[in-house]
Amino acid sequence: MDTQIGFNWRESVRLGLIGGLVALSLSLIGVVETFGGRGIISGVISLGQILLFGAMAGAGYMSARQNPHARTGLNLVGGLIAGLLASLPLIVLVFVAGPINLRDFLPNASPGLLKLLIFEQDQATGSLLLLAVSAVVGLVGAGITLLPGRVRHPLLMGLLFVLMVGLLSEIIILAWGTKGLGLKIRRFMFDKGLSIRGTLLVFLIVAGLNALWGALGGRAQARVSALPAQQQKVLGWGRIALGVLFMLVLPMILRTYLTEVINNVGLFILMGFGLNIVVGFAGLLDLGYVAFFAIGAYTMGVLTSQGELGVAGMSFWSALPIAVAASVLAGVILGVPVLRMRGDYLAIVTLGFGEIIRILALSDFLAPAIGGAQGILKIPKASLGGLEFVAPETLYYLILAACLVAAFVSWRLRDARLGRQWMAMREDEDVAEAMGINLVQTKLLAFAMGAAFAGLSGAIFATKLSSIFPHSFNLLISINVLCLIIVGGMGSLPGVMVGALILVGLPELLREFAEYRLLMYGALLIVMMLSRPEGFWPEESRKRELHEFETEPVLAD
Amino acid sequence: MRQRLENIDYLGLVLWLFRTAIIVAVVWGTVATIRDNPYSTRNWIDFVIFGLAQGSLYALIALGYTLVYGVLFIINFAHGEFFMSGVFTATVFVAIPMGQSGFLDRNPILALLIIAVVAMATSVGISLLTERIAYRPLRRAPRLVPLITAIGASFFWQYFFRGLYGSGITAFPTVQALQGSWSIAGIDILKTQAVVIVASILLLITLYVIVMRTKMGKAMRAVAEDKEIAALMGIDVDRVIVITFAMGSAAAGVAGVLYAILFRQVHFFMGFIPGIKAFTAAVLGGIGSIPGAALGGLFLGMVESVGPSLFLEGLGIPSSYQLKDVIAFTMLVLVLIFRPQGILGERLAEKKA
Repeated sequence: MDTQIGFNWRESVRLGLIGGLVALSLSLIGVVETFGGRGIISGVISLGQILLFGAMAGAGYMSARQNPHARTGLNLVGGLIAGLLASLPLIVLVFVAGPINLRDFLPNASPGLLKLLIFEQDQATGSLLLLAVSAVVGLVGAGITLLPGRVRHPLLMGLLFVLMVGLLSEIIILAWGTKGLGLKIRRFMFDKGLSIRGTLLVFLIVAGLNALWGALGGRAQARVSALPAQQQKVLGWGRIALGVLFMLVLPMILRTYLTEVINNVGLFILMGFGLNIVVGFAGLLDLGYVAFFAIGAYTMGVLTSQGELGVAGMSFWSALPIAVAASVLAGVILGVPVLRMRGDYLAIVTLGFGEIIRILALSDFLAPAIGGAQGILKIPKASLGGLEFVAPETLYYLILAACLVAAFVSWRLRDARLGRQWMAMREDEDVAEAMGINLVQTKLLAFAMGAAFAGLSGAIFATKLSSIFPHSFNLLISINVLCLIIVGGMGSLPGVMVGALILVGLPELLREFAEYRLLMYGALLIVMMLSRPEGFWPEESRKRELHEFETEPVLAD
Repeated sequence: MRQRLENIDYLGLVLWLFRTAIIVAVVWGTVATIRDNPYSTRNWIDFVIFGLAQGSLYALIALGYTLVYGVLFIINFAHGEFFMSGVFTATVFVAIPMGQSGFLDRNPILALLIIAVVAMATSVGISLLTERIAYRPLRRAPRLVPLITAIGASFFWQYFFRGLYGSGITAFPTVQALQGSWSIAGIDILKTQAVVIVASILLLITLYVIVMRTKMGKAMRAVAEDKEIAALMGIDVDRVIVITFAMGSAAAGVAGVLYAILFRQVHFFMGFIPGIKAFTAAVLGGIGSIPGAALGGLFLGMVESVGPSLFLEGLGIPSSYQLKDVIAFTMLVLVLIFRPQGILGERLAEKKA
């Protein structure tokens, strides 16, 4: 668009410098080097570089977004400048690291990092190269905003899938690429990350499909929604049946290692469903949720263990109801004192409860009963009619069953009287009380239901590992679960699953993530709250509620 | 009769029983300990002095919570990280090089001042960055939203500094001038502890005077009372909030240096637990009140230091020092349940929740 508005150069400069600081921080905290080992496109680019240049592209993109009405050429130049400036702090770093040994202060300012930054060239050439690449990346970042939507969406989708497939290439090879067809595909597509052929293939398929969907999807959707209600219902059930079938055969597709990962995700999904009731439905922010997970696990441990600490030698199935009941009881007991508390005070008190339980589990005081730091050992595996839940593939079905039960219960409760009471309470406690809702009962039921799922998860966790230690039950679990329901969308059931897959699945698959997991979570919590407080898969009413305070509409994209 | 049964406040009853049980346990334990008397007077005095030193640190950190909560009504969960970031940075970049070159021992006062200034500057920088990015855009959001970003910011900074300076425990250099102890009125006090107590109290008084006597302090109090009216009176609310954050985190930065002098180590996780405890102290004293933060901090430090030996051992609990944090957290829970307005505070919890 041709307008007379002057181009906002200051903004480009500012964004470029911010991008540069982000890139510098990423380098100095070790992200770039650690992820530098993870090739996305073999020999071309690593995840570390993607993150690094992501800062520059972001600066260019934002700079163009800040000037939506400027002329194309100006916007591109703005992006170029932003990218250029974003590389300056890195170049300063490269030159400072020569005379001064930065590693005395910053352990991650290593020769490896510096080599990576200057593309393994010498200082002068490398710096110029870095400058040039950053400028181009900034330019591209700005350029993306200028493309029309029907080109931009397939492009971004294609790139996203290349990133995902490249990221997971090691896992894909591990699971399928050792013989037969899998090996052939592997030779064709993968090397260290995707090969160039593989990249093109993935990109073309995804971009093509996306473009096709963009062109035809609207019509297909319109046709579905034009169907009579009866047929739509059948379609809905068909979708659910397909989903269940898929879940049933999943371990056969995924093989042992990935099934193990999915099992861990499953335990978090189970906890997510529970916390979703407490936080998502009832709006009670609980930061000590891990306490119930711990109580479920310890009850299971004490009741079934065949070691010295086992008291009853029960089987898994007879101990399971007791473990869940113990968690529910704990939920009610811890719930009573906080009934009159609201909002942030509740969060802090529950955090305190969680820590108390963990310290008690670790202390010598309770060690005679639950083993202190040594934990409880020799917890037997569950078995059902000759089927032992030992291998991840069989354990999967136990966890799947638990998740399905939890999902069903959550889903039915949400639409039931109780669920509507919870949501009324979440919206406004005083009004809810005035409408005749018994707050004491409703809150306690929320705590109890949430605790029940966590207890179930803990009980399965205990038999899965066959030994439990207090350090498995730290605050980070609570934060993890909270994070996954926030990312997925508070109150949304599919959101819990999506959140768990992203936040628990990905870090388990990529070992480099382990070290930066919480850094990522922290940043994710902030970014989500700033940009999409309703999560990626929001529940309708929640979305409305959270956007209430915005006076102007969100920029549609 | 039935009517009467229905009128009983069951919740109140349960809470009353809960409270009574804890009081009985504490009294029982105390009596048992006093009867057995396993410690000498000297031990008790040491416990108390250590408690005072620890408590004055809590008080300094609690100040930041109190100021920010007073103005914005958010629990600045990341405050413990402001505390950590300052002293961690100062240790890595200033204290260790000065310790190695011997500057620290030649000019201890100047060196410690430089360390404190660097720590304060870093803490303030980090806190202002956090305020700008994570809190300011959310000022009108539902209350849980800024709390969640605060939790996010807390973990973000923890692991940011872990990445930056490494995950190990870094030793803070020993200050030769602060070795040994002074004898005051027949009681030996470790020099480090004395310095911590005196410095904290001086700083607390300074900040109290700033808030109560200066024009800026007046503006802060006005904003705490009512942001909109304050803005109508010509007060730049954003600026006041920024200054509030800066004051709180500057105190936290100094507290970090004092912590390092006392415990001679720094690490990326050092801010988290003291942060929660300082929050407890702030609530205990009455959130929003500076003398309350001081009082709450000292009280919490004392109970934590004396408590395990005084009443937990009497109850026959082995290695009771392990449960020191349980005492702090239990106090947090008890205060929030039974006296959310704290010792000196007005009843904020109900008014503004």
